[in-house]
Amino acid sequence: MASSPKKQKAERAASGSAKVVETNTCADGLQSPPYSFEGNASVSSITLALSKGRIFEETLPLLAAAGITPTDNPETSRKLIIGTNRPDVQLVIVRATDTPTYVQYGAADLGIAGKDVLLEHGGAGLYQPLDLKIARCRMCVAIRKGFDYERASRPGGRIRVATKYINTAKAHFAAKGVHVDLIKLYGSMELAPLVGLADAIVDLVSTGGTLRANNLEAVEDIMPISSRLIVNQASLKLKPELIQPVLDAFAGAVK
Amino acid sequence: MRWLLPDHIQDTLPPEADKLEALRRRLLDAFRVHGYQLVMPPMLEYLDSLTTGAGQDLELRTFKLVDQLSGRTMGVRADMTPQVARIDAQLLNRRGVSRLCYCASVLHSLPSTLTATREPLQLGAELYGHAGLEADVEIIRLLAEVMQVAQVPASRIDIGHVGLFRILAARAGVAPEREEPLFDLLQAKDVPGLGEFVAELAEPWRSALMALPGLYGGAAVLKRARAALPDDAEVIRAIDEMCALAAALADLPISFDLADLRGYHYHSGVVFAAYGNGAASALALGGRYDLLGGAFGRGRPATGFSLDLRQLALGLPEALAVGAVLAPFGDEPGLREAVFALRAAGEVVMIALPGHETTWNEAGCDRQLVRRAGAWVVEALQGE
Repeated sequence: MASSPKKQKAERAASGSAKVVETNTCADGLQSPPYSFEGNASVSSITLALSKGRIFEETLPLLAAAGITPTDNPETSRKLIIGTNRPDVQLVIVRATDTPTYVQYGAADLGIAGKDVLLEHGGAGLYQPLDLKIARCRMCVAIRKGFDYERASRPGGRIRVATKYINTAKAHFAAKGVHVDLIKLYGSMELAPLVGLADAIVDLVSTGGTLRANNLEAVEDIMPISSRLIVNQASLKLKPELIQPVLDAFAGAVK
Repeated sequence: MRWLLPDHIQDTLPPEADKLEALRRRLLDAFRVHGYQLVMPPMLEYLDSLTTGAGQDLELRTFKLVDQLSGRTMGVRADMTPQVARIDAQLLNRRGVSRLCYCASVLHSLPSTLTATREPLQLGAELYGHAGLEADVEIIRLLAEVMQVAQVPASRIDIGHVGLFRILAARAGVAPEREEPLFDLLQAKDVPGLGEFVAELAEPWRSALMALPGLYGGAAVLKRARAALPDDAEVIRAIDEMCALAAALADLPISFDLADLRGYHYHSGVVFAAYGNGAASALALGGRYDLLGGAFGRGRPATGFSLDLRQLALGLPEALAVGAVLAPFGDEPGLREAVFALRAAGEVVMIALPGHETTWNEAGCDRQLVRRAGAWVVEALQGE
């Protein structure tokens, strides 16, 4: 119930023309009368949250398949809310780690978020129906070359791990039966083993270039990562006629 | 600062508290005229009674303390439904139908979302003793009325069936300890994750579980469900139940989602959630929980719903604030009678205690009771 009473009143007043009608049919060919509910400003438009860079670029073909073209490029524009060729669809540009939060609280109806981000967020209140197979990479354990990872990660062993992905790292080492001291870092993870802050790091590896440049090597794959389409649960219930076509178009474009 | 409240705990101050209380009264009145009797379970009980049959998530959300009298662990209720089920099973012992309702604070040790309160004001209605769909119809209609009373815009009730999930999981041979991860995957419509989970299960149950996340929408979805799910007597019975509901509730804004397995783990049959425009998550959750009473020694068919009144009231427009009337202090002739008459008519009348002449607007007064030509009349109060 985010919107103010005043706003809701205004929305209700403006709703006259936007009635949504759907026909119900049941298994025994039983026909129930169509139902309608009051349309209003937010029922008649949708917002998609996504991050700049790789996710935005690789999402463009999917948006095109759904007939959506952004009117601005976030790489050059400083706008955070970007319109599209469709008056009922807008994009919001957020930090990758914030995408699930925007969708969970209904600030956006849809979002595109990496599996890595979703695992850390926990996914509460979200539907994540579609693997978009974009922005692919691997979640790995990496160490400084020469470090005896085999020995340090024996069951019952203890290891210091620096990472952004606390939940993922915790679950991975718990499954191996290794005690882990986690050090939360926000960037430049590769530095930690080099300066003795940690024995290993858990991070995303795409080409492995950064690891090689810093004399590190990936020793263990935790899981493959790609981006998911996420949907606010209430949005899917309240505006299926807007969201379902986008879902279907994305699903068609992925396969 | 010592007057700061703990995180996710708040005071409710005058205009909001008034709105909340008005809504609480109207809803409890609505329950009363449908025959739902009010119960007031205790704020805390022994932990095992509070969380019996309710699953681990409820236990994690329960504040715990040790009873100094018995040495046993007690919990502050995080959900009143198990308490009301205990009352129906153990205290009332009615043979027929019992309809109960309640409204009180519950405490959550963990907030359900980042912005949620840890002290929801839980309001609910429960119907015990009838296994037929008539009870589900009654309770869903009652929820629809609640949404109407609370003026929820574009409200919609989404119906699912936990029984259907349990049948499919059992037929597919999913071990009980793996049922919960499967439940979570379906709840999140996590199709890629579900694909990995069911990879080793036998057909046709594998395809049936994979089909569930896509089976949502208007009542037409039930027809698709019958085509997509195996011809198993119990599966067909669950779908038929939902068809009967669709027919009986056709005048309400309902939809279906066969993968939406809402609520705590005690649910066993038809479940439902109410959504409204402007709310980012479900406003009310409910459904059938025929197995819970058994945990208290007497299994009874049961269905009901509950909601957080604080969340529901957020969307309610503020009542038009009618100011109070300021009356002089004293025993002038006719004054007491005039004040009595105004109060009897529902007006708020405040007595002007001496020495606060410039603060009556702040206290909410916009009119005053004055004596004019021997009669007491109400006039506009001049601004200070």
